[in-house]
Amino acid sequence: MTAPSSTFPPHHHVLEYPGGYTRSTGPVIGRFLTGLRDGRIEAVRLVDGRVLCPPTEYDPATSAAIAPEGDHWVVVGPCGRIQAFTWVAEPRAGKHPLDKPFAFALIRPDTSDTAMLHVIDCVSADAIEVGMRVTPRWRTERTGHITDIEAWVPLADGDEPTNAPLRIPPVDEQPVTGIVSEVRLEYTINAGESTARYLLGLGEGKILGGRAVDSTDVYAASRGTDPITGQPTEIEVQVQDTGVIATFCVVNVPGLSPLAPEIPYVSAQILLDGADNTFFGLIRGASVDDVRMGMRVKARWRDELIADHTAIEWWEPTGAPDAPYEHYKDYL
Amino acid sequence: MAGDRVAVVGVGQTVHRTARKDVSMAGLVREAAVEALADAGMDWSDIDAVVLGKAPDMFEGVAMPELYLADALGAVGKPMIRVHTAGSVGGSTSIVAAKLVSSGVHKRVLTVAYEKQSESNATWGLSVPMPFMPPLVAGAGGYFAPLIRAYMYRSGAPRHIGHLVAVKDRLAALRNPKAHLHLPDIDLKMVEESFRLWDPLRYLDVCPSSDGAMALVLGSEDVAGAAPNPPAWIHGMAMRSEPTMFARRDQVNPQAGRDCAKDVYAQAGITDPRHDFDCAEVYVPFSWYEPMWLENLGFCAEGEGWKLTEAGATAPDGDIPWNPSGGVLSSNPIGASGMVRFGEAAQQVRGRAGDYQVELKTGKALGQAYGGGSQFFSMWVVGSAKP
Amino acid sequence: MRDVAVVSYASSTTPKDDIHNEVEMLGPVVREAIVGSGIARGDIGFVCSGSLDYLQGGPFAFVMGLDAVGAWPPMRESHVEMDAAWALYEAWIAIQTGEVDTALVYGFGKSSLGDVHEIMTLQTDPYYVAPLWPSMVDMAGLQASACTGAGALLGADDIFPITDGSAAIVLAADDVARRASKRPAWIRGIEHRIECHGLGVRDLSISESTRTAAEAARVADGPVDVAELHAQFRHEEAILAEAIGLPNDTNINPSGGPLAANPIMSAGLMRIGEVAKRITAGEANRGVAHATSGPCLQQNMVVVLEGETA
Repeated sequence: MTAPSSTFPPHHHVLEYPGGYTRSTGPVIGRFLTGLRDGRIEAVRLVDGRVLCPPTEYDPATSAAIAPEGDHWVVVGPCGRIQAFTWVAEPRAGKHPLDKPFAFALIRPDTSDTAMLHVIDCVSADAIEVGMRVTPRWRTERTGHITDIEAWVPLADGDEPTNAPLRIPPVDEQPVTGIVSEVRLEYTINAGESTARYLLGLGEGKILGGRAVDSTDVYAASRGTDPITGQPTEIEVQVQDTGVIATFCVVNVPGLSPLAPEIPYVSAQILLDGADNTFFGLIRGASVDDVRMGMRVKARWRDELIADHTAIEWWEPTGAPDAPYEHYKDYL
Repeated sequence: MAGDRVAVVGVGQTVHRTARKDVSMAGLVREAAVEALADAGMDWSDIDAVVLGKAPDMFEGVAMPELYLADALGAVGKPMIRVHTAGSVGGSTSIVAAKLVSSGVHKRVLTVAYEKQSESNATWGLSVPMPFMPPLVAGAGGYFAPLIRAYMYRSGAPRHIGHLVAVKDRLAALRNPKAHLHLPDIDLKMVEESFRLWDPLRYLDVCPSSDGAMALVLGSEDVAGAAPNPPAWIHGMAMRSEPTMFARRDQVNPQAGRDCAKDVYAQAGITDPRHDFDCAEVYVPFSWYEPMWLENLGFCAEGEGWKLTEAGATAPDGDIPWNPSGGVLSSNPIGASGMVRFGEAAQQVRGRAGDYQVELKTGKALGQAYGGGSQFFSMWVVGSAKP
Repeated sequence: MRDVAVVSYASSTTPKDDIHNEVEMLGPVVREAIVGSGIARGDIGFVCSGSLDYLQGGPFAFVMGLDAVGAWPPMRESHVEMDAAWALYEAWIAIQTGEVDTALVYGFGKSSLGDVHEIMTLQTDPYYVAPLWPSMVDMAGLQASACTGAGALLGADDIFPITDGSAAIVLAADDVARRASKRPAWIRGIEHRIECHGLGVRDLSISESTRTAAEAARVADGPVDVAELHAQFRHEEAILAEAIGLPNDTNINPSGGPLAANPIMSAGLMRIGEVAKRITAGEANRGVAHATSGPCLQQNMVVVLEGETA
C-alpha cells in the first residue's frame, strides 16, 4: 500500500519572529559595539593579565564580573593575525556577510590575547594563510553591530592599516544598548502517516480516527499512537461529523490567527460522536451568548472539499436537544 | 525522600519587568546567580555543577543556550545540564539540581532559570503555526479558558472568584519589590471592568509577560550546616507527566498533578496540606487556577477550592496563604516562573521573605509548577527543620 | 554509588524519513527497547528524553514525543534540550538517589527538515557570532584549521550525513539489571564537562573538557576493547581519541559512527548504546562511549561501560 503521506507534497515552513529579535546588550557588549560604531576595537584586560577581545561581562575562565568602566579597558588592533580559517565556497544568501566566496577566520587583534570570529574578504583560499596579517575594512554607515567591520582583508608587509571612514554622529547619539537579530529558518515538513490519512479523509468529507489493536478508544485525529499505551493506532475508524460541545470560551482577542473570524467568536472543545477525545473547533450559527456546554453541533464543510484542516470551516448547532452532562463529563 | 539530605542554601532573583533592556541575556541570569551565591556565602569556584532551565529556545532565538551561557554561569570545567519541560521547567530544573546532591554525586549545585521574553513575544513563541497541524485559532488563553469554564460548571463557583484571586495576588505583590506588576489601586471593580479576553477570563485575570531569572544554590547536609544563612531543607520532591490528549482525560483536575502531590506529601509526611503548610507558592497564570489547584493539590475536597478563595483563606493573612510573593499573576518570566515558586517557598521557611514573610508555625511550604496542557507537574516541600 | 547498567538498546536511522511524523518514527524504537528489557512499560520508574525544538521548527517537540511512550498512568518524566546522552545522565542520577530502579531514555529528531548546519549557528553567542551566521560546518572548519595550522575546506567525506532517527535505552540497577539482561553493560564511570563558549578563547586543537571527563570517568583504569566517539567531523576523531587517551590500536566506531549516521539529539545516546550492545553480545568487555554538544566540541561526556567481571 502506498503510504498516505507520500500523496501529500511536503509543506514549506518558515520560522521567523517578525521584525527580528530585539536584543538588549547590557553595558559591556554595548560598549564594544559602540566602539565599533566609532571605528575602534575595544577589549578588556583580565585579572590574569590577558586581554580579552571581544569583551564579555565576565571572565570566560573564572566568571568574575568585568566592569563596564575602568582602566582595564584597552583599545586593540586595528590589525590582527589569522589564527585559523576555513573557506566558504558557497555563501549563504541573506545570512553570510559577504555574497561571494570568503573565509571565516579566528582573528587575533594586535595586543589581544584572544581571537574573534569574523570574515576575511580575499580572492581565494590560497591568498591567505594562518599567521597572516589582516586589517578591518570598516563600513561607512556603522550602527553598533558586529558587521560594522564589513570584513577583514590581507595586509601586505609594510602596509599601514586604513582608518575607519569618518562618520559624523547625530548630535544626540547615545551609546549602543541593543541590536536587532533577524533569524529566518526554513523547513520542509511532511505530513506523517496518521495526519495524512486524516487529511485525506477530510478531502472526502469524512472524519477518520485511529484505534490501537489492544484498545477500544478511538482518536480523531490520531497522531500515530494511542497516548495511553504508546501502541500504534493502525485501525482506521470513521467517526461522525456531529458531536457535543464539552466546553468552550468566547474569544474577544482580535488577530490571533488569520483563520479567526471577527470577534467575539466561540472556540470549543467538541466530543465527536464515535471518538474518545475532544477536538477544537469554532462554533458559528449561534449567538455567542447562546452557546452552551452540551450543545449538539455538526461540522460545516467547505463547498469544495479539500484534504486540509480547513475542510471543516466551523461547527454549527443541529437544533437537537442538548446532551446530558453525563455524556461528556469524563472528557473535561 | 530518596537519597541524601539536600537544602537550599542560596536564593537569588532578578527584578522582573516587561523588558529588562538594561541587561544582556548573560547579564540577566548573572543578576540572579550572583545574588544566590552571595546568599550562600559562595563564589563561582565553590560550585560543582550548573543546571539551567528555560522554556522554548525560540523565545530568545538562542538554541541550547547553556552553551553560550556556560562561562557566564561559572560552569567552565564543570558539568552543565539544560532542562526543558515546558511551563513546569523552573520546578523540574530545581529538582534535577537537587538530585545531583541527593544522589551523592555533588555537594554544591547552582541552578538558574530564566526567560527574556522581550527579545520576541511570548504569544508568537507559544503558537508558531506548524504545517499539517490543526491551526491554533484562539491562542493560549483559548486553550485554558474552556477548562476554567468546565471547572466553574463542575464546582458551581460564582463568576467573581477568579477576580478575587487577581486582586489578592496583585495586592500581595505590592510588598515584593522584585515583582513585575505593582498595581496599588487594584480592586474587584478594576478587574471586572478590565477587557474581556477569553470569556470567562478578563485582562487582569491573566499573568503578564516578563523578563526575569531565578537562581538557587543547593547544598548537601554538611554544606547546609556551614551555610551563613538558614537553609531550607527539602522534605520531598516529585515530578509527574501525562499526555496532552487521551481518552477520558480529566483536564480540569489532572491525575498527574494529583499523583505528584500524593508522592511529594508522602515523602514529606504531609497529611493535611491546609494545616501542615505555612504557605504555598503555586503556578497560577490565570486567576482561576488558584481554586483549581487548591483541589488538585488536596488543600480541600473537589469542588470546594473556590470556597477557600472566597473566604480569604489563601490571602496573606488567611490560614493558608497562597502566593504571598504575588505569584505568576504578578511576574511571569515563563521558564523561570516555576523556580520562582520553588525559591519563594524556600525563602518563606528560611524566614527571608522580607515584607511578604508569612508567620511560621509548621515551618513547611509547598512549591508547585505545571506546564504544557496542564500535563507536566513538579513540586517540592521545603522546611525550616532538617527532615 | 549504585551499579547501573544498560539492559536494552534500540535505534533507527535513515537519511530522510518523509513517511512518518516524529511520534511515528520514535514509537517503534521505544517499544523495541522496552520489549528488549523484559520490563513492563508500567514498571519503568523514570522516563527522560532529549530533543531540540529547532529541528522541527516549532516549540515543544518533546511533548509530542511523550505520545510514543504512552505516559499513562502519569509517569515520573523529564526532558533535556540536549543530546539524549544527557537525558541518560539525568536518568542515571535519578537511579542513584534510590527513588527508582529503572529508566527509559530516548532521543529523537529529524535533521532533514531544515538546514541543521545553519540551525546550529543559533547555538553561538547571539551578539558577536550568530549575526555572522557561521554554520556548524564553518565552525568545524576553524577547528580543523586550528589542528593543522593551515586553512580548511571540509569536503563531503569529512562531514556527517544528514540523518533522521531515534534511539532508546533502558537502564536498570543492581539485580533488576541482572534479571533484565543476560549480560548487562554496567556504567562504571559517567562524567561530562563544558568549556568556554567562545571559539577564540579556546585552544581548538585539543578537547580539554573531554580529557577531564575521561580522567574523572577513569578510562585509564583498564583496557578499552571498543570506543564509540561522537565525532561528527572527520578531524574530531583524532582530537577525541587523544583527549580520552585511547591507544592507537583501539577499535573506534565499529558501528560506523556519526560519519555513517548522525541523528542529531540521539547520536550521542547511540554511542552509549552501541558500546553496550557489543558488551552484551560478548564482543567486548570494557568500552568507552563519548557524546558531544555545542560548537567545536564545547561540551563532552565520557562513559565507561563494562561487562560483569568476577
